[in-house]
Amino acid sequence: MDFAFMWDTFLTLLPGLPLTLELAATSILAGGILALVISLIAVVGGPIGRGFTRGYVFVFRGSPLLVQMFLIYYGLGQFRPLLQELGLWVIFREPYWCAVIALTLNTAAYSSEIFRGGLQAVSVQQVEAARACGMSGLLMFRRIVLPIAIRQALPAYGNEVILMLKATALASVITIMEVTGLAGKLIADSFRAFEVFIVAGAIYLAVTFLVTRLLMIIEFWLSPHLRMRPPSLT
Amino acid sequence: MELIDRYLVLVGFGETGWGALLLSAAAMTLGVSVCGFLTGTILGSVITFMKLSRYMVLRWLADGYTTILRGVPDLLVIYLFYFGGSAFLGYIGGLFGYHGFIGMPAFFTGTLALGVVSAAYQSEVFRGAFKSVAGGELEAASAVGMRPWPKFRRIIAPLVLRYAIPGLGNTWQLVLKESALISVTGLVELLRQSQIAAGSTRRPFEFYLTAVVLYLVITWASSIVFRHLETRTLRGTRRAL
Repeated sequence: MDFAFMWDTFLTLLPGLPLTLELAATSILAGGILALVISLIAVVGGPIGRGFTRGYVFVFRGSPLLVQMFLIYYGLGQFRPLLQELGLWVIFREPYWCAVIALTLNTAAYSSEIFRGGLQAVSVQQVEAARACGMSGLLMFRRIVLPIAIRQALPAYGNEVILMLKATALASVITIMEVTGLAGKLIADSFRAFEVFIVAGAIYLAVTFLVTRLLMIIEFWLSPHLRMRPPSLT
Repeated sequence: MELIDRYLVLVGFGETGWGALLLSAAAMTLGVSVCGFLTGTILGSVITFMKLSRYMVLRWLADGYTTILRGVPDLLVIYLFYFGGSAFLGYIGGLFGYHGFIGMPAFFTGTLALGVVSAAYQSEVFRGAFKSVAGGELEAASAVGMRPWPKFRRIIAPLVLRYAIPGLGNTWQLVLKESALISVTGLVELLRQSQIAAGSTRRPFEFYLTAVVLYLVITWASSIVFRHLETRTLRGTRRAL
């Protein structure tokens, strides 16, 4: 084990970390919003909405993310004149945005199923109570249904966030130099796969660890009603 | 219409069609996935034994294995086996006086990487399944005097497999999709073949779309197989829900 080399590796890989985090944050945020829309269509959209969302989820969960990324980055490049005419070429010529789009669409499919589960787990009584208080439509959704659904979906959604963090590594295949991209280049140059793997793996594990802690804090913060009461002073 | 005709010629089985190559590449995808999955099942069972062991060191090692392999991107694991394996082979070659580059066989790399990654997931599936085996059944087996090995083969393994099938189905789908990453090592599976075809015809959209469709066919078919297996293994059991 060559610790000087590993320290150098660490310093080489660290500049890739902001890009990894940026990719993950952008696509998780955009994917989360899209997933919420999709799960709402699935729950309230009737048979047509349900059919559409089922098809969407089937396509994006059934095929590898890497192929989806290639289809968007290389595949859409074939329609360059059309995209230029529409003014979309500035987006699709950038590997960064193609990776973000692929990651977003992919995570939206997985998360929408998680959110749908959360929405459908909201009990009838709670909705009835809201109606009895005179809440209607949007107000009830915002104040009652959504908070309960988010609380129920959070543990499963946490897993999805971790998976997305790992999935950003695929962006390196379409020339984006984030942590895995830098690691791959370093391995190909130095041929010391084991040391580079340990350092890169440690970086990912550290980030995953921090994210799981963060999710635990959010979960704690969102469920004050489940906490034990502090012992009274009297 | 003309567009569709041109597409069908492109992916068809004619003189200029890529159909046969794409299908054989899909078979390669299936092959490497099956080999990787089975490797993962064997390795995963060993790790499950370690997780259920009474020795803390073994449990600790097994937990560390799952934590690391589930927390690190799969692409890194593939790089490790591909380049690390080549370096190792080069070292072995050096002992025998050969000082050139020895590449890791791509299929073997793929099997190994998929196996090592999916073992982490499968060991968790098996552990969960073992937890749902009712303790009374194990006691009954001991009570009729079964030694550890017959008890494992006749009682534990069938019961664990029954509970593990839904989880194994998920893991299989994961392995199948992960096999696309093996294309970076140059193994000509479905994605790599699509890349080659896209490069030589300059029609990437058509070929990647075809790849997506073929992957969907495989995942859809395997979900049917697993559903069938599940109902088959659940014959003779009663469920509350």
